[in-house]
Amino acid sequence: MSASAKPIANTRSGTGIPTVRLITWWVIASEIVIFGGLLATYVMHRLGHPEWTEAASHTNTWAGAFNTFVLLTSSLCAVLAHQAADAHDGPKAAKMLRLTVLGGLIFLTVKGFEWTADIHEGFVLSSGGFWSFYYTLAGLHGLHVLAGMIIMLIVAADATKNQELQRVECIGLYWHFVDIVWIFLFPLLYIAR
Amino acid sequence: MSTEVQHAEPGIFHKYFFSTDHKMIAMQYLFTGMAMALLGGFFAYAFRMQLGFPNQHVPGYGIVTPAKYNALVTMHGSVMIFWVAMPVLIAAFGNFLIPLMVGCDDMAFPRINRLSYQIFLLSALVLLSSFLVKGGPFGGAWTAYPPLSAVGAYNLTPIGATLWLLAVALEFVAFLLGGINFTVTTMNSRAPGMKMYDIPLVVWMIVLASIIFMCSAGPLIAGAVMLLFDQTMSTGFFDPTRGGDPLLWQHLFWFFGHPEVYVVLLPAMGIVAEVVAVFARKKIFGYKTVLYTTWAVGFLSFVVWAHHQFVAGIDPRMANIFSITTLLISVPITEMIFLYIATLYGGSIHLDTPMLWALGFIAEFMIGGVTGIFLGSSGTDIYLHDTYFVIAHFHYTFVPIAIIAVYAGITFWYPKMFGRMLNETLGKIHFWGTVIPFNVIFIPLFITGTAGDQRRVYSYAQFAEQSRPALQHLRTTSTIALLVMLAFQFVFLFNFFWSLRNGPSAGPNPWRSATLEWTVPSPPPHGNFAELPTVYRGPYEYGLPGLADDFLPQSVPDQAVGD
Repeated sequence: MSASAKPIANTRSGTGIPTVRLITWWVIASEIVIFGGLLATYVMHRLGHPEWTEAASHTNTWAGAFNTFVLLTSSLCAVLAHQAADAHDGPKAAKMLRLTVLGGLIFLTVKGFEWTADIHEGFVLSSGGFWSFYYTLAGLHGLHVLAGMIIMLIVAADATKNQELQRVECIGLYWHFVDIVWIFLFPLLYIAR
Repeated sequence: MSTEVQHAEPGIFHKYFFSTDHKMIAMQYLFTGMAMALLGGFFAYAFRMQLGFPNQHVPGYGIVTPAKYNALVTMHGSVMIFWVAMPVLIAAFGNFLIPLMVGCDDMAFPRINRLSYQIFLLSALVLLSSFLVKGGPFGGAWTAYPPLSAVGAYNLTPIGATLWLLAVALEFVAFLLGGINFTVTTMNSRAPGMKMYDIPLVVWMIVLASIIFMCSAGPLIAGAVMLLFDQTMSTGFFDPTRGGDPLLWQHLFWFFGHPEVYVVLLPAMGIVAEVVAVFARKKIFGYKTVLYTTWAVGFLSFVVWAHHQFVAGIDPRMANIFSITTLLISVPITEMIFLYIATLYGGSIHLDTPMLWALGFIAEFMIGGVTGIFLGSSGTDIYLHDTYFVIAHFHYTFVPIAIIAVYAGITFWYPKMFGRMLNETLGKIHFWGTVIPFNVIFIPLFITGTAGDQRRVYSYAQFAEQSRPALQHLRTTSTIALLVMLAFQFVFLFNFFWSLRNGPSAGPNPWRSATLEWTVPSPPPHGNFAELPTVYRGPYEYGLPGLADDFLPQSVPDQAVGD
C-alpha cells in the first residue's frame, strides 16, 4: 500500500474536524479511560492505606520534579513543531519533533537511574502495595513516552520531506496527553505524603 | 513502494490475509467467529453431557474430570463472548455494513482496520495455544476472580491463566482499534446529504456500542495488567494479606462486563431494526426515540455493574442504589422493544427467514429481560446468585443476541455478501430447529436454579447438599435439547456453503430495501460504489402508496420520484 492510495472515506470530513485529528482524539479518549481506571484505583487504595506514606517518602521528589520540567519543555517543542508544520516548513517541524524526542529520551534516562537506585535500596515491584502501583503507573506511562518517541521519529522522517504534515499536530496532541498524565502522576506518586 | 507492486494482481495469500478492503476484513472476522462458535458449541456439548449423564464417557471427548469441566465452562464463556459475539456482531457486521450504509468506499483508516483483525487473530491463537500448555487452558471461570485466577496453586492452570489474560488483553486492543475506526468513519465519511438522523439504526448502534466498549474496557485493561503482575511478578494488587483487595477486580471486571452486555446487545437491536422495517414494509416507529433510548441505555449501562457483587460484601446501601439503576435500565430497553412491536402494527408482514429470526429475537430477549428483574433486585439476587437461574437468564439474553440476531443478520445480508440467495425451506427448518430446542434447554434450568442448583459444579452427585436426584431428569432434558439444537446448526452450515455456489442469483436488491448497500451489485465490487451516492432522505421509507414500488431508496433524488 502506498500513501497515495487513500480511500475517499479518509478524505471526507462530515464533522468539519480533519479525520486524522478526529481519530487522535478518540485514541486519547480511550487512553484516558485506561489511565483513569488505574489512577482511580490507586487513589482509593492510597486513601485506604495511610501506612503507604512511609513507602512513598522513599521516592526521589527531585528526580520527579526535574522530569516534570523536561517533559513540559519537550511539549513546548511539540507546539513549535505544529507551528512550523502550519507554516508548511517541514524540515523545521522535523527538527522540533526530534528535539521533543530528545526530551523524552532525557526523561526515560532519568527514570532509569531513579529506578536503579530504588531497586538497589530494595524497593521492587513486589515490595508492597505502594511500590506495585508506583512501578505499574510509571511503567505504563513510560511505555507511552517510548511509543510517542518512536511515532514521532517516523512522523519527523516524513516531515523532513514535507510529507504528511497534518500528522505533526496529531503526534503533538498525543504528546501533550502523555505530558498531562505525568502531571497527575508526579504529585500522586512523589509529592503526596 | 514501487509502482509494479500497485499494479500487480494480489496473490491469494495477499488477497485473503493482508487485504485492507473492509468487506474482506468483515469476512475474516465472520469466518473466524464462526469457527470459534463451533469450538464454543463443542465445549458446551462436552460439559452438558457430563451434567446430563454424569461421569460417563462423552463421545468425541472422553471422561470430563473436575479440572477439565472447569476449563470447559471457562473456555465456553470466554470464547462465546470475546471470540464469537464481539467479532461477529461488532466487527463482521460493522466492517461490512458501515462503509456501504454510509455511502463511502472503505473505512477511514483501512490499514488500522487490517491491523485490528490481525491482532484479533493473534488473540485467538494465543487462547488456542493455551490448550497445548502444561495444565491446560484456564479453569478459573470467564470472570477470572482472584485469588482463584491470581494463584496458580488454586486454579491449577498457571500458564493457561496467563495466556487467557494475554489473549483477552489483545482482543481488547483489536476492538479498540476497530471501534475507533468505525466511529471516525461514521462521523466523518458519510455520503453528502446523510444527516445525523439519516444514518441507519444498525450503524448508529454499532458505533454507540464501540464507544461504550471504548469507555468501559480501559479500567479492565489496567486491571488485566495488575492481575498479570499478581500472577507472574508476585505483586499483591488483589491479595488482601498484602494490602490488596479481591473485590477490586470484581469492580474493574464488571465495570467493563456489564456495559459489555449492551455492547453486544446494541448491534443485535440494530440488525433487528433493519430487518423489521424491511419485512414489515414500514418506517421504524419512532426512529429518534429508538436513538434516544439507546443513548439512555449507554449511559445507564455504566452505573449498574455492582449488581454482580450483591453477595460479595459490598455496602448494603450501595446495593440499594445499584438495584434501582439496574431496574431503571430495563425501561429504555423495554421502550425499544415496544417501538419495534409498534413498527409491526399495521405493517405488511413478510415471514421470510430473516424476519422469523428478528421476531424470534424480540420474543426470546424479552424472557431474558424479565428474568433479569429478579437478579437486579438485591433481595431476590441473594437467593438466586450463582444458581442455574443466572445461567438461564443470561443465556436468554446472550443467545438471542449472539445467535438469533446474528442469524437474522446473516440471512438478511447473505445475498449482499455473496450474491446468492439462501434456501428458504432449509432456513425455516433451521430456525424452528434452533429456537424450540433453545427454550427446552433453558426453561428447565430456571427450575433447577430456583430449586438451588449451583453453577460451576461438575457433578451434583459428589455433593450431598447439591445432589437433588429428583432434578436429574431436568438436567438431562436440557442436555438432550442442546444436542438437538447443535444438530440443527449443521442444516445452517450446509445451507450456507451449498448456497455459495448453488443458490439463485440475488441481484442487487432482493428484499427491496431502501438503504445504500442495496444500490450496489451483490457482492459489492472493490470500492463499493461506481459513483459515490448522495443521500436525500432517511433510511426507512417503506410502504409508500402511489409509487411503482412501495419504497424510496435513500439515494434517489426527490425530482426523480415525482410523476
